[in-house]
Amino acid sequence: MSGQEREPMFSAKNFKILTNPMADNNPITVQVLGICSALAVTVKLKPAIVMALSVTIVTAFSNLIIAAMRKNIPDRIRIIVQLVVIATMVILVDQLLKAYVFDVSKQLSVFVGLIITNCILMGRLEAFAMANKPWPSFIDGLGNGAGYGMILVIVAFIRELFGSGTIYGFPVMDKIGAFKTGYVNNGMIILPPMALILVGLIIWVHRSRNKNLIEK
Amino acid sequence: MKQFSNRYIFIFSTVMVVSVATLLSLAATLLQPAQEKNLEIEKKKSMLESIRISATRENTVELYSKYITGSFVLNSKGELVEGVDAFTIVLRNEQKKPLEEQSLPVFTANAGDGEKVIILPVEGKGLWGPIFGYVSLKSDMSTIYGVNFDHKGETPGLGAEINTSGFEGMFPGKRLYDNDSFISIQVHKGGADPNDIHGVDAISGGTITSKGLENMLHDCLIKYNDYLLKNRI
Repeated sequence: MSGQEREPMFSAKNFKILTNPMADNNPITVQVLGICSALAVTVKLKPAIVMALSVTIVTAFSNLIIAAMRKNIPDRIRIIVQLVVIATMVILVDQLLKAYVFDVSKQLSVFVGLIITNCILMGRLEAFAMANKPWPSFIDGLGNGAGYGMILVIVAFIRELFGSGTIYGFPVMDKIGAFKTGYVNNGMIILPPMALILVGLIIWVHRSRNKNLIEK
Repeated sequence: MKQFSNRYIFIFSTVMVVSVATLLSLAATLLQPAQEKNLEIEKKKSMLESIRISATRENTVELYSKYITGSFVLNSKGELVEGVDAFTIVLRNEQKKPLEEQSLPVFTANAGDGEKVIILPVEGKGLWGPIFGYVSLKSDMSTIYGVNFDHKGETPGLGAEINTSGFEGMFPGKRLYDNDSFISIQVHKGGADPNDIHGVDAISGGTITSKGLENMLHDCLIKYNDYLLKNRI
């Protein structure tokens, strides 16, 4: 990179890389990636938040690693290399959680392992990190993790509130006396199909309000 | 696109795999003591919770030595087996053996209110993986004093509700025996009759986990049948 002018760490372009996945290019609502985990972990708010954080960390760091060695990765085995990097990151995160934050690791149980199969990770490595420098790739990973996490938290909030009557385990519906008026929790909303319908509704609202997404 | 020779690809993948393997085994070895300690604390904590004592990670070891008074191992005929440490028995491995060779751990405890109880471990299958827990019985060897359940990977909000106090709270006071016959505890979809001394509510959306739990209680506790009948007061 000698001779070229160094780009500032937080240039407008990098900022765009960070914010783009949260709106115009959201991995869940626009690219429709990572749907299966979005359905599985959104019954309660807490696992959704921890899952969002874990995915963000893994996406950012595997993007960083792949981008750093992108020029040395043979094209023919690049998918395998990407998978190995993701799997290594996920196992490391899982082991660290088990050793130091055992309670969180219990909460997440199988879902940490399932990050490996999250399409967002492979998608970002293949589409972005293979063709960009480490720092923008790292930001791209953070942005996509945040975009994914945002939708997870919205869906989990709605499902936990109307399905179990709680927010982050706090019994809101009970406290405001909703049950006395004959209100009952909607058991349907804690089942996976309802999560899919909620994601569909979010996609609909998102597409109808964002002009960039309206197809001609 | 840069072309790479086969030779390069082979060397690249070998180096990558070896370094990843080294890194991961190093991490696993270094973190193992901390992880095993967590598991041991977790086991003791679950046992304390089954006699309705809530412990934090910090005071678990202390409370365990205060409340859990002893342990012994039985065979399926209810006879004492010598030379086996009840705490280190892995129930999953025992269940693979024929019934006559299985070691059945029993823990004795003084609960917080002075009640003398025995704690029996249980393990079975949920929807996605193993479910397990501890059941404590009063000295009549039939009335449940408390329970603690846990799971490996049941769905949060659905099957995973088996380890919430709302579900576990239905068990104390229920009975395993009707006179001399072993009934165990049934889970009822749509809610159990509150007067039913052998029934609790199933979890909505968690039918397979609830059924698995019912089978687990029956299959694990019936092995203690001889011992329980002999020692009841």
